[in-house]
This record gives sequence, structure tokens and C-alpha cells, in this order.
Amino acid sequence: MDTWLSNGFARSLTLGFMIACVCVGTAHAQAPSTCLDCHAALDPPLQVTQAQFSQDIHAQKGLTCASCHGGDPTKADMDAMSKAAGFRGKIQRNQIPELCGHCHSDGAFMRKYNPSLRTDQLAQYRTSVHGKRLLQGDTKVAVCIDCHGVHDLRPASDSRSKISPLNVAETCSRCHSDAKYMQGYGIPTDQYAKYKSSVHHEAMTVRGDLSAPTCSTCHGNHGATPPGVDSVRNVCANCHVFQAQMYDKSTHKPAFQSAGLPGCVVCHGNHDVSFPTDAKLGTGPEAVCMRCHKPGDTCDQARAKMLLDLTQLDNAFKSADRVLTAAESSGMEVSGARTEQDQARDSLTKARVTIHSFQTELVEQDIQEGLKITAKTQAEGQAALAERDRRRRGLGLSLGIILAVLLGLRLYIRQIENNSHNVETAELHR
Amino acid sequence: MTLFAAMRNWIEERFNWADLTAPLREKAVPAHDLSYWYFLGGITLFLFGIQVCTGILLLLYYRPSATEAFESVQYIMTRVQFGWLVRSIHSWAANLMIFTAFCHMFSVLFLGAYRKPREMTWITGMLLLFLAMGFGFSGYLLPWNTLAFFATKVGTEITGQVPVIGHGLKVFLRGGEDVTGATLTRFFGFHVALLPGLTTLLLLTHIALVQYFGMSVPPAVEARWKALPSEARHIKFFPNFFLRELMAWYIALGVLGALAAILPWELGTKADPFAPAPAGIRPEWYFMFMFQTLKKIPAKVWFADGDVLGIMAFGVAGILWVLLPFFDPAGDKRGRKLVLGAGMFALSYIIAMTIYGYMAK
Repeated sequence: MDTWLSNGFARSLTLGFMIACVCVGTAHAQAPSTCLDCHAALDPPLQVTQAQFSQDIHAQKGLTCASCHGGDPTKADMDAMSKAAGFRGKIQRNQIPELCGHCHSDGAFMRKYNPSLRTDQLAQYRTSVHGKRLLQGDTKVAVCIDCHGVHDLRPASDSRSKISPLNVAETCSRCHSDAKYMQGYGIPTDQYAKYKSSVHHEAMTVRGDLSAPTCSTCHGNHGATPPGVDSVRNVCANCHVFQAQMYDKSTHKPAFQSAGLPGCVVCHGNHDVSFPTDAKLGTGPEAVCMRCHKPGDTCDQARAKMLLDLTQLDNAFKSADRVLTAAESSGMEVSGARTEQDQARDSLTKARVTIHSFQTELVEQDIQEGLKITAKTQAEGQAALAERDRRRRGLGLSLGIILAVLLGLRLYIRQIENNSHNVETAELHR
Repeated sequence: MTLFAAMRNWIEERFNWADLTAPLREKAVPAHDLSYWYFLGGITLFLFGIQVCTGILLLLYYRPSATEAFESVQYIMTRVQFGWLVRSIHSWAANLMIFTAFCHMFSVLFLGAYRKPREMTWITGMLLLFLAMGFGFSGYLLPWNTLAFFATKVGTEITGQVPVIGHGLKVFLRGGEDVTGATLTRFFGFHVALLPGLTTLLLLTHIALVQYFGMSVPPAVEARWKALPSEARHIKFFPNFFLRELMAWYIALGVLGALAAILPWELGTKADPFAPAPAGIRPEWYFMFMFQTLKKIPAKVWFADGDVLGIMAFGVAGILWVLLPFFDPAGDKRGRKLVLGAGMFALSYIIAMTIYGYMAK
């Protein structure tokens, strides 16, 4: 009890002191600082250069070293770091969330800088696996500076920031992919490698879609925790709304729930979600249905029917596309059919979404709608090709007539010139 | 009595047929190894005639507004009987006409046909070429597709760089600060009223001057004929030269038909003023040498703005080019050398910069 009291008392005292330092530092935001004069010349980890610190969002907002570390930056040499000046040196890892949270949890204070910024980070952090373990004394877990950086901290909107959507996965992987560091936690360390092979990573990095999911999209950021079996569907449904609605209608939902299976992940995987192809409905290596179902049962028959329908529309779409491309490359104007072809693609996409209901009649409706459109676009493409051929035949005929006229003219010129050559020459030379 | 003879009699009773046709009967064209170059002017005239006819047909369906222009051209291309042919021929003939006009200009220059007394024929011809390029620039925007929209934006932006009057000129061309539906309506007006009116006047003057002075004989041939008058050859304009010209027109018609049927002129996608500019915006090929030059001039040349300097240089070069015959007033060797040198330089520069413009990424 004594220990607890003394620890608690010491912690309260330190925290009170840090808060006082932050307030003093903020009040003297624009005061001259001597800290960087020395720290720029030191070796890492004590090194902080002006170039580095000038990029820091806090420095840009007027906060100084003393805002977090205390001391008196207006004094030269070691006087700046005297205890009398309130200097407290390096912040202990377990004190970092409280220190950051002192300002970031204060709505009135944060409004002065960024009114749209949330102020529940500390509260969220306390619910996270990281926060809970830190409270239990595990200082290896992530604290604010591990993800956000320190001394060169940039906002998430800056693509150089460690927490920019483009960099979040790599930031998490610095700990979570390090097998040695993660030893003892009993979780895999291949998430980042798997994520890099996923369609989500491709969307983010290749297509530049910053809204594509990264670690924090599914796990949360300050409240980071693995989604439980029950919440996986909700996590995916944030983006894949219609698939989730269809899944809710399906017989799979209650079956998965009773078997304790995590919804979407069962067929699609988690970190390594690949681009879904129709082969998932097949019986080959990518097939997922046959992992649970038996060949020939009712569900297998439904699977085969849906695959057949999808393949039929896919082939019809591709066939119409080929005809339209051939017409376009011949210079034919088929933009109207192209627009309709987009609608056929939408029907195919819709059918692939409807698959999640696992109801063949619903899938069939979308397929029939798409097939009607592809039949029309195919006919329009073929009509354009027939028109192209007609034009070319017309050209051949016209060129034949032109050649005949040219030949006739040439012969006529020769004839009249032969007849009058001598007379004309004599007249013109007069 | 045949119909033709009846008509001839009818005219003969009222007018003197022999007097009417005398100029045609008496007109002669020099016949020598380089006579083929004489056809270029006629082919350009033929292509202009095609432009007028196809342009009138397009007017029956075209609607000059930002909301309807693209759709109306699309309608012409897909729904109107032979609309695709008329539009493709109009576009191809425009390009071929400017090409043959350039060839005609350089042939006139290299064969010395600009010399006294034909200075005004050269000047009216040059003005006609500028008008043809104006037709091209204004007509390019009319289908209101993406490429044309952004190319017009760039083109009119360049106009804005002209010192003193640049901004005013840009606003006048655009009908405002930006390229909008107002620009389209304005360009349509230029394309179907202002430019055709000016072109008709200049074309009639140009043809009248050609008729008045007759065909020029190249200096080398002229010298040979002077030394040996018995070598001088002429052919009758009608029917001998006229029928040959007719053959050239038929060949041009065949080329035009083949291009229109095998490579129909593309329509592209409808212009979206709020969309980002697509990659590879390029002007029509006949503006490419100027566009590429302006691209390559550094932003600052000494104290002057690079673009302004480039535009000024092209302006001065254009004026000097129009006045080219006056640099060879006596038709002596020195003046001829100067003009030929300028012609060779201009031709090489235009070809090289055009190729560079298309090759450059």
C-alpha cells in the first residue's frame, strides 16, 4: 500500500509538474529558444535540428521544447535545463499519453488551433490493447510518439506524415512485423506482408485511393483492437454496404454465427484480401464454397447455377466489347452503345454483389437485365461493322469510277492534243 | 438539235457567245517540266469549294451551343444519312486544303512566281493562308469535344500573351475571361460568317490577279526561253490545262473519299470545362511548329518574358513573310538568293519543329 501510495503520489506530482510546464511553455510560445543551439550538434537520439523541428506541427503552432520538456529555453548552457527552471528531461513512455492528452483532450484549448480535431484520443487509447497493456506496465506497446513521431510530427494530411493513409501500414509494421519485438504477444507478424499483397493495398498505393482501407480503417487508430468475430461484418460493411445487406439476407449469416465464424473473412480472408473473381464460386484452387459444402448438394447446385449465370453475362459483355472495340478502331461512332455497355457492366457488378445473398433467383434477375443490354450493344456493334463494310464497298466503287473518269480524261486530252498540236503551236508562237 | 446546242443558241441570240468565251480560248499556260506545280492553287480552290458545300450541309443539323454542339455532331455522325461522310470530308478537306495551300505557297516561292508584277498576288495568297488557318482554329472547337476545348484554351491563352492588346484580344476571342459556351458561339460566327466573307473577297481578288498576270514562268525556264525562243511552249487553258486540272481534282476527290471512309474523323468525348486537362493537348498540325517553339523558349530570355518574345518573333516573321516579294525587287541574283534562303530555312524549320512536336512527350 505504501508503495502504491508513494508511486501514485510521485505520478501525480510529476503529472502536475508536466502540466505546469506545458502551460508555461505555451504561454511563452514565441520566446527565444536556446535548446536547439546545443541539441542540433548532439548525436541521436538527443539530436534535434532546426530543420527537423521547423517541420513539426507543434512548432509551427508556436509551441517550444519547454512545452513538453520544461526548463527555461531563454537561458544559455545548463541553466536552461536546471531543475529550478522546471526542466524534466526525457518523458517516460508511460507518461507520454497523459502528457499529449493534457492538451489534446481539452476541447476548449484545441479549438484555438484546430476546432475540427477530435479530443477523445486519450479516452480511446485507454480502451485499446496498447493503452490497456501500458496501464499494466508494458512499455513496449505503442504510445503516441511511436505512430505520430516526435520533434518532426506532421498532420495526417501531410503525405510525409507517419500517419498519412499511405504510411499507416508501414508505421504499424515497424513493431507488428518485427518477430523479435512481438515475441511473447502470441500474434502473427505477417500482417503487413499479407496486406501488401491485398487488393486494398493496391487500391491505396497503385490507384492512389486514399480512402482504401489500411490498418486503422478496420482496427481503429487510438482505440486499436482486433475486430471480434461478431464485428467483422460491421467493419467490412463500412465500405461494402450492399454486400453486407445481401449477406444479412443470406442463410450464411445465421450459420456462420452459430459456428462462431467471422463472416466475410471466411471466404475473403483478412489482411490479404485478394481481388474477388468468379473463380471463387468454382471448384478450382481459388474456390471457397467447396471448403464447407459437399459436391452435388443443394448448395453446390445453387453455386453452379450462379457461376454459370455470371460466366454467361461476363462472356456476353466481353463479346459485345470486342465488337464495339473493332468498330471504334475502324473510326465508327458507337459512343451510345458504349454508354449502354457501361450499364451492362453495372448489371454484372450488381449480380456479383447479389451473390452474397446466395439466392439464385435474385442473381438471375440482375443477369437477365445485363444480358438484355449486351444483346442490344452487340447488335449495335455488328451494325456499325456492317456499315463500315458498306462504306468500304462504296469507296471501292467510287474509286473505280474516279479511275475510269481519269483514264477517260487522259485519253481525251491525248486525242485533242494529237489533233491540234501543230496548229496550236504555230498560233501560240506567232 | 441537242439541248446543249439549243442553250447555246439561246445565249447566242442575246449575248455574243464568241466574245464571252474569247478569254477562255485565248488564255494559254506555259508548258515546261515544272508545270505540275501550277495545279496546287487549283486543288486548294477545289478543296475550298468542298469545304463550302459540306459546311452548308453540316449547318442543316449543327447547333452552336455548349449544351447541344457535341450532341448535334454526334447526331450527324450516327443518324443523318451520309452525315458521317459529310463531316469526315469537311474535316479531312480542311486539313488537306491547308496542306495544299502551304505547298502552293512554297512552290510559288521556289519557282519565283512572287516576283514583280505579282507582289499583290503573293500578298493576297498569304492573307488567304492566314484566313484558312483561322478557319481551322475556329472550326476545331465547334464539335465541343475535350481535346478541342483544351487546345482552344491553350491557343487563346497564347493570344493573351501578345503585348498591349493581348488581354483584350483574348477576351474578344473567348467572349469572356474563360473558354465557355460564349466562345463556341463566337467561333461559330467567325467560322461561318466573318471568315467566309473575307475569304470570298480575297479569293476573288487573288483569282482575278492570277488571270490578269497569267501564270509565271520559273526564272531558269524563262532565261532558257529567252535564249532559245523556239523552245518556248504553251498549252491552251481551255480545254487542255483545264482538263488536266480536272484530273488533279479527281485525284484529290479520291484521296479525300478514301480518307473519309477508311479513317473517319473522330468525335472524341464531350468537353467538360470542370474536368482536369487531359495529357497530350496539341494544336492542329499546322500550328505545331509555333506551339513547339513557344514550349521550348525559356521562361525568361534576358529581361524579357520568353512567351512574349516568341509571339513577337512569330509576328515579325509573319509580316516579313507577307512582304517577301519586296526583298527581291529587281529579281536579281542577290535578292533571289535571300528569298530562297529564307524559304529553305522556313520550310526546314516548320518540318523539323512539327516532327519534334509530335515526337516530344
